[in-house]
Amino acid sequence: MVFTPSVIAALAMTGLWMFALINVTPIMLWLERRAPAFMQDRLGPNRLGPLGLFQAIADVLKFIFKEDVNPAGADKVLFLLAPTIGFVASLLTYLVIPFGPEVTVAGHTFPLVVIDSDAGMLLFLALSSLGVYGLVLAGYSSNNKWSMMGGIRASAQMVSYELALTIAVVAALIPAGSLNLSRVVEHQIAGNLLGFLPAWNVFTQPLGFLVFLVAAFAETNRTPFDLPEAESELVAGYHTEYGGLRMALFYMGEYQSMAILSALGATLFFGGWSLPGVDAAAAGAWIAGLPLIGAIGPGLGTALFGFSVLIVKTYIALFGFIWVRWTFPRFRYDQLMRLGWKVLLPLALLNFVVVAALAVAGKI
Amino acid sequence: MLLTVFALFAGVALVSAIVVVLHRNPVVSTMSLVVTLVATAGLFIMLGSPFLAALQILLYTGAILVLFLFVIMLLNVQRERTTTTRMSGMFIGAGICALVFAGALVRLFWSAYADTAVKPLDPEAFSLVSVARDLFATYLLPFEMIGLLLLVAVVAASWVAKKPESADDPDAIEVVKQGEPR
Repeated sequence: MVFTPSVIAALAMTGLWMFALINVTPIMLWLERRAPAFMQDRLGPNRLGPLGLFQAIADVLKFIFKEDVNPAGADKVLFLLAPTIGFVASLLTYLVIPFGPEVTVAGHTFPLVVIDSDAGMLLFLALSSLGVYGLVLAGYSSNNKWSMMGGIRASAQMVSYELALTIAVVAALIPAGSLNLSRVVEHQIAGNLLGFLPAWNVFTQPLGFLVFLVAAFAETNRTPFDLPEAESELVAGYHTEYGGLRMALFYMGEYQSMAILSALGATLFFGGWSLPGVDAAAAGAWIAGLPLIGAIGPGLGTALFGFSVLIVKTYIALFGFIWVRWTFPRFRYDQLMRLGWKVLLPLALLNFVVVAALAVAGKI
Repeated sequence: MLLTVFALFAGVALVSAIVVVLHRNPVVSTMSLVVTLVATAGLFIMLGSPFLAALQILLYTGAILVLFLFVIMLLNVQRERTTTTRMSGMFIGAGICALVFAGALVRLFWSAYADTAVKPLDPEAFSLVSVARDLFATYLLPFEMIGLLLLVAVVAASWVAKKPESADDPDAIEVVKQGEPR
């Protein structure tokens, strides 16, 4: 018997995540044109559909009808494989991010996370660390010096900033005492700070959050750390030779890893799927009682509530990504490396030691 | 079902391991090693230890092999050229290595099937908590000494890699000062 209730639940949750993650790209394509337009006092694309919403569809059509080019002298297999590797690695990490408490649907109780493992955070880091191969191989296989430079920069940058990111993440796990992200969220729901603030890690570890934020920008190759694709010096970096749908795969991989890291940041530092002062079970029962949605049951209502809260928090963070991109200029490469190794890593270690000492002293 | 999945992972690991040895392009060899390690991580998950699998991917494929690729690309290692040296010495060396490996395998299978009840891997022994307890309580001193050893190696490597300083420019490594135009 393969299709046990837990397998069906895992498949359903996977479908929900896939739907949300695939839709990140068109929404971000639109948002990344309209939001900076308003920041620069322009209108942006507003002709296609209401508010220019169909612009994303036009972009996708353009991607589809571009010629699929293989550059001369390229390593064919690696050249075709590279965009897929980056895309798949960024698509897999949703597996360990929880979007609700344990719920009961049709008599079966299960947690609202695809892999409920005590090694959850480790699995996330492991899978997300595979993403760098897509960039490196694209740079190597294109037989183009700009691609090569971009690939080398990408690998050095992502390996460097992964250290600071990981140490900041570990410090955020210490108060909950578990690598299971469900426990981390539960720990942030319980209690409050000074009587009015929710017990989110961002309030107890502001330094750790700052390190996580900067490292997340570097990990996703976003401005001000988009050195691997710096267009003023490298044409387009590692994806110079790619066009059409393969180029679109790189775009989708980038937006998905941004969305996943945003969801992880919301889970670690902003209470994940919870809203302060709102009981998830009560909210689920209320959603199940709504006339239009109908009788989906309080368990599914809770799932819907948690997922919506997490997605809203994710999109707030994604808007932050765009906001920063159109505010800060690009770093120089030696500045990037100096910031990573001489500033962020010591700060992350300091934060880690202070949090660990407080935890040993029993203050957390 | 389980046997099929095992055969899949084991087959992929074996084939890609052979490609690692035989392929003449070092980048393809490195990528095949990535596939081997990921397939082995899949075997760890089948043995009931997602923790070991995560560590395997995180450390080997996520960090070490990226550095391999980085070095290969930075040094611009070319496709291996056809060798012109005499092969007889190589064959003797390879034969001795194969014999030693075969002996180790025979010894392993002998002990594994000597008592017919093969013991499965105890998932508790490789869980996060027990590994952490082993590392940071039982074997704390060796663990810290390995850390010190690695630190010494890193310092030595960076000293060896440092360019010789010229007399008139005491800060020869850091040519570009912060804020200066290049």
